[in-house]
Amino acid sequence: MSDLLFFTEVTLAGLGAGALLSLTALAFVLIYKATRVINLAVGEIVMLGAYLFFAFAAGLGLPAWVAIVLSIAGGGLVGAILERGLIRPMLGENPISVFMVTIGIGSVVVGLVELLWGTEPRALPAFLGNQPIFLGEAYVSRKIAIAFLVSAVVIAGFVLLFRFWRGGVALRATASDQAAAYSCGINVPGVFSVAWIIGCATAAGAGILLGSIGGISPAMGVFGLSALVVVIVGGLDSIAGALIGGLLIGVFEAWAGTYLGGEYKIVTTFGILIAMLMIRPYGLFGTTEIERL
Amino acid sequence: MLIGTAKHSYRADEALLTTSPQRLWMAILLIALALAPLALDNYWLYLACLVSINVASATGLNILTGFTGLVSIGQAAFMAVGAYTVAVLEARTGLPFLVNLVVGGAVAACVGLVVGLPSLRVKGLYLAIATIAASFILHFVFVNWQSVTNGNSGINVTPASLFGVELTDYVHLYYVFVPITALMVLGAANLFRTRIGRAFIAIRDRDISAEVLGISLLRYKLLSFAVSSFYAGVAGGMWAYFFRVVTPESFPFIYSIFFLAAIIVGGMGTILGGVVGAVFMTLVPELLRFAVEWLTTIFPNAVTALSPIRTIVFGALIIGFLIAEPKGLAEIIQRIRRFFHLWPFRK
Repeated sequence: MSDLLFFTEVTLAGLGAGALLSLTALAFVLIYKATRVINLAVGEIVMLGAYLFFAFAAGLGLPAWVAIVLSIAGGGLVGAILERGLIRPMLGENPISVFMVTIGIGSVVVGLVELLWGTEPRALPAFLGNQPIFLGEAYVSRKIAIAFLVSAVVIAGFVLLFRFWRGGVALRATASDQAAAYSCGINVPGVFSVAWIIGCATAAGAGILLGSIGGISPAMGVFGLSALVVVIVGGLDSIAGALIGGLLIGVFEAWAGTYLGGEYKIVTTFGILIAMLMIRPYGLFGTTEIERL
Repeated sequence: MLIGTAKHSYRADEALLTTSPQRLWMAILLIALALAPLALDNYWLYLACLVSINVASATGLNILTGFTGLVSIGQAAFMAVGAYTVAVLEARTGLPFLVNLVVGGAVAACVGLVVGLPSLRVKGLYLAIATIAASFILHFVFVNWQSVTNGNSGINVTPASLFGVELTDYVHLYYVFVPITALMVLGAANLFRTRIGRAFIAIRDRDISAEVLGISLLRYKLLSFAVSSFYAGVAGGMWAYFFRVVTPESFPFIYSIFFLAAIIVGGMGTILGGVVGAVFMTLVPELLRFAVEWLTTIFPNAVTALSPIRTIVFGALIIGFLIAEPKGLAEIIQRIRRFFHLWPFRK
């Protein structure tokens, strides 16, 4: 096999993984944009989505598509509960406190999942098929290709929603100026709820895809840390940033994992993060915050 | 703020303990700490040593996060630096134990300086994330710098010896660790009576204003990182002598979150809070263990649920305190103190 072909395959696999990162990062950005909350529990919501799918598909024996719909709805429900119960009371508090609350939420979710399903890794029931796909000569795993396509469609859908849907416009208005949005008659608390519901539903969906590729375990939430790097690199409040950042990090992780060895993956990711923080702290497409006394 | 405590000199106003009940309670605490090993069995002594290590490290993090306002989720990584330094020094040089601890703290402080560099450019959440990155990179170094750290299998540490006595019993370790920790806590309390400590607090309240007032952000932010990491390094050194083996997995990422949780639960920005929080967060998992053991009389297989229950309670404590009691246990203590201050002459 030629080196170039191998390189292409690695890059394609990286793009596939990167699409999943973009999707998770999107959940992150959505919540941050609307509510200015860094949701560190997003990785745990991803895991919860995968476990919900496992419970519906393997536990109750429902067909895959029903299970997918139910677990995405379940993710949304969890988002709504978290927002109303735990994040709303923290409104106006120091951002660091809210950020710590989401760390606490992550810990509770991990504990609950371990309590209900145990700690051992499991495989999700196969529903994507195994036949490899060839792009030209390059081999691509079918699951990764599907994950890439689904992510691309979902992200494109979000971009359209933000542009044309009333709720999407309300969300952008809230993001740019809460007080002004409120006085224009936008239901800002409602926007907060919607952002959490959609964000957590997206994360749960990403979890199903991620779980079907690599299996599920309570430690899956670590994926959220990579997504965190993606949003820092892309810019915390930029959807385009999440998209491009996700693909970049995915490709770099794949290159590092293949050419340097698996243990270099996470170092590369965090190395990029630190370099980014030093050069452009607000990310590729993020808004620069200006502070005045 | 307490009323009815008139002071007649600046000295009295600046004192660490301002009222006589405070002095009395502090004396009782010190005597209790000195006599505790007579009453405690081996298991509780083990916990007491662990508590004292965690108190030292949490106090360090409190200086950085509670007093300077720089959030760090890398305290465990700095502890690991201290622990590795001590382990390597102990294995290769045979320097006295206390020297090793100080060198461990100093090396951790140097690493802290480097990790603190992004704090000049970014702050708040971005800085928190930079410290996460730093702790993962340090973990990678511990795993892969084979010639020094011995990779995944780690380093065994020979017992520390002081005045010719090998410190292997928990009683001996208790009498070494608790004074060291007490000294470190005292140092931290005194730090905030000096210019440096006041500068830290000014930076926390508003860093731009602090700079306008003539406080060099470069110097004091990095100094705060260095002091905090020094505390972590010494705590890590004690950890190494306590467990006597250091591996990359000894200081997982969750341990850093543990320290942050400890100062949140205890109360950020008060010395008392860091201490109380670390004691509380170390003992809660043990209390849960007793609760679960009691539950096994009803549900025979409750033991398997212990680890998940600990994780849930850990998260729930963080959430509960942030929502219901953001100033932490220290505030509860202050409230009790205020209640009894004029008791029984007040309704």
